[in-house]
Amino acid sequence: MSKIKCQCGHDNPFGTVLCERCGRPQTEEAKESKLVDMRYEGAARRSQTYKRSIIDKIWNFFSSVKIGISIIVAVLATAAIGTIFPQKMYVAASTEAEFAAYYERLYGLAGTIYYKLGFHDMYNSWWFITLVGMLGTSIIIASVDRVIPLYKSLKKQRTKRHPSFMKKQRIYGEGPSEDPEAALIKAEEKLKELRYNVKIENGALLAEKNRFSRWGPYVNHLGLIIFLFGILLRGIPGFYVDETMWIREGETRSIPGAEGYYLESKQFIMENYTKEEADEVFGDALERVGMIAKNYQTDVALYKTPEGGLPGSDEMDFVKDYSIIVNKPLKFDGYNVFQMDFRLDELKSMTFQLTEKATESSLGEFTVDLTNPEREYELDSGARVILSDYYPDYDGVKDGEPISKSPIPNNPAFIFKMVTQAKPEGEMSFVAIKQTLETEVNDYKVKFVSAETRDISGLTVRKDKTLYLLLLGGIIFMIGVSQGAYWNHRRIWIQKGSNGELLVAGHTNKNWFSLKKELDQVKDVANLPSYEDRQDKESILQDKEVDKV
Amino acid sequence: MAKADQKKTRLIIRTIVLLLLVSAVVYTIASKDKVRVLAVGDKAPDFELVDLEGNKQRLSDYKGEGVFLNFWGTWCGPCKKEMPYMENQHIAFEEKGVNILAVNIAESNLKVETFIEQYGLTFPIVIDKDKSVKEAYNIVPLPTTFLINKDGRIEKIITREMSEKEIISLMESIQP
Repeated sequence: MSKIKCQCGHDNPFGTVLCERCGRPQTEEAKESKLVDMRYEGAARRSQTYKRSIIDKIWNFFSSVKIGISIIVAVLATAAIGTIFPQKMYVAASTEAEFAAYYERLYGLAGTIYYKLGFHDMYNSWWFITLVGMLGTSIIIASVDRVIPLYKSLKKQRTKRHPSFMKKQRIYGEGPSEDPEAALIKAEEKLKELRYNVKIENGALLAEKNRFSRWGPYVNHLGLIIFLFGILLRGIPGFYVDETMWIREGETRSIPGAEGYYLESKQFIMENYTKEEADEVFGDALERVGMIAKNYQTDVALYKTPEGGLPGSDEMDFVKDYSIIVNKPLKFDGYNVFQMDFRLDELKSMTFQLTEKATESSLGEFTVDLTNPEREYELDSGARVILSDYYPDYDGVKDGEPISKSPIPNNPAFIFKMVTQAKPEGEMSFVAIKQTLETEVNDYKVKFVSAETRDISGLTVRKDKTLYLLLLGGIIFMIGVSQGAYWNHRRIWIQKGSNGELLVAGHTNKNWFSLKKELDQVKDVANLPSYEDRQDKESILQDKEVDKV
Repeated sequence: MAKADQKKTRLIIRTIVLLLLVSAVVYTIASKDKVRVLAVGDKAPDFELVDLEGNKQRLSDYKGEGVFLNFWGTWCGPCKKEMPYMENQHIAFEEKGVNILAVNIAESNLKVETFIEQYGLTFPIVIDKDKSVKEAYNIVPLPTTFLINKDGRIEKIITREMSEKEIISLMESIQP
C-alpha cells in the first residue's frame, strides 16, 4: 500500500496523483475528473507518507497550506491588535502598576483588558514570537515538501505521455493528419523559433519554455526565511544595538551598547531661524509661530579605552571630535550616534552670598557646582562656608532626615555651616529654593545670588549588522516574485495517436491566452488539429460558431 | 532494506530540522529580555575604579575570594536600609574570605563621603563616575547586588533590598 503501481508498471510513491512516468491518473478523483490538477505535476507531496511517528505528524501539520494560511492570518490579526493602543515602550512608566494605571486611565475598561492580556507588549510576548516562529517553520516545511517532488518530476518528465494524460489537459485537441511525421518536424521548427526547448521521441514532441518560473514561489520563500533569520540574529549580542543615552554638557559617559567607548559632551547647540536670514522662506510661518528650529547639535569628543582596558579605569585614548547634527550621526566601528532629543537648562551651579542679617553686608560670594560640590568654600573676608550635606532633588523630610528622591539637581537643598569671626563654632542653616530653616536664630545667612544651567542631549546609539542580510532577503524575495509573476512555464505536447491521428495538449501555470496564441501559430504552420480550452466557455462557444460558419 | 534506511534518514532529518526551528524560537524568546545579558554562571566583568581613599579597586584583585558587589545610590531608600547590615557582615566575614565592594553610580564625592561618615562604613566604596561599570553590569534598579564566587563567576543576582539574614546566607554561599 505504500507504493502505487501504475498500469505502465511504474511504482509511484504514496499520494501520487499522476504517474511519474506516463502521466496516467492514479487516484479515483483524478480518473473521474475531466481536467487534471497539474499544480505539483501530480507528484506526491513528501509529507504524504504513512503517518507513522509523531515527528511525521508535526511535519505534516506544518506542510499544510491551510495551516500556513491560518498562521499568516493569526500573525496579521495579532500584529494589528498590537497597534490599537500604544505599546509598552512608548509609555512613560516603569513599574507594572504604573503601566496598568496608564492603560486604565486613558482607555478605560478596554485598556485594562488590553493590558491584562499582555497586548501592551505584543511584539515581545512569547506567543507572538512563537507564532512568527511557526510561520517560518510552515514556510520552510511547506516549500521543501513541494519543491523537491516538483523539481524531480519536471526533471524526469517524459516526452511521450499516455493519451489519458493528454486528454485531461485543459488545452486539448485531436484529429486526423495526412502526414504526422512532417507535422511534428514543422511544429518543432516553429516552436524553436518561439524559443521553446523541443524534444522529439517515438513520434511524440514536448516543447517547454520558462520552467524556472515555477521556482518563483520557492525563491520568494527563501527570501522570507533569510529575512526572518536576520531578525533572529538581532537577539544575538553584537548584532543589533538600539539604545538611548542622556548626556549633560561637560559630562563624559560610557556609550551604552558600545563597550569601551566614551562620549564627552562639549556643548549642545539649538539655533532658530532669524527673521532676517529666512524671511523669504519662513517669513509668514515665523510671524505665526514665532520660532522655527534651524539646528540641533551636540559637539562631542569620542574616547576609547586602550586594548585590554577595564571599565571604570580613567585610561582613555582620544579618537575624534565631532558635531552630531540631526541626520548626521557620529560614526565609529559600525555604530551610529544620532541627535534625537534635548532638555534645556538643567541647574549646573548656584552662586550664593554670605551676609550678616543685621547689616545686610556681604562677606563674599561662592559657587557650588551641583554635580561635584566641594566641602569647603573660603570667602574673601576670611569667613568659611562648609557644605555639610547636599540634597540634589530635595523632597521633604522623612524620619527627621531630608530626602533626595534622585541624584539629579532638580530641587537642590544644602546644609551649610557658616564659620565667621563672630561665630567661630559656626552656625547651621538649611537652604532650599525659596526656603531657609535654622535650628536657632542665626546672625548670618546664605543668600541665593544666581544660578547657571546647562543643556542635556538625548542621543540614540544604533548598530545593525543584520541590515545587509535583511536587504538580501528583500532582494531575493522580489526576485522570486518577478520570476513567478512575469514569466510563465508553458508546455505543449504533440504526439501521434495509434491510428495515425495527432493529439495536441498544452499547459501553462498562468496566462493561458499567450499559450493559445503561440499554439495557434504552430497549428497554422504544422497543420495541427484544432484544440479547445476546456475551462474557457467563451472560446468553446466561439469555436463552435466558427464551425457552423 | 534501502527503503527502511531511507525512512530512518528522513525521520532523522525531520527531527533535526524541527529541533533547530524550535530552538531558534526558544532562543529568540529567551534573548528578548536585554536586562538579563549577564546571567548566573557568567564570568563577572572585570573593572577598575578608585575608592575614596585613592586606592585602585580591581575586581580581579579579589580572585580566590568571594565578592559581594553592591550597586547603590545615596538617594535610594532601600540602599540606605541595607547598608548597616552590610557593614555588620563585612566585619563578620572579612576574615572568612568574603569581601564587600560597593559601587556608587556617578554621585559626587561629597555626597558619598558624607554618607560613609554618617553610617560609619568601613568596606571599600568606589564611585562609577562615567557609568561604564553600570553599563557593563546592566544595572537597572538600585540596589542590585551580584554575588561573585572565588572563580570570578556570578552565583546570584539580587535586584531588591535584602534583610540581614539574607545577606548572611548570601555571603555564606560565596565563602571559598
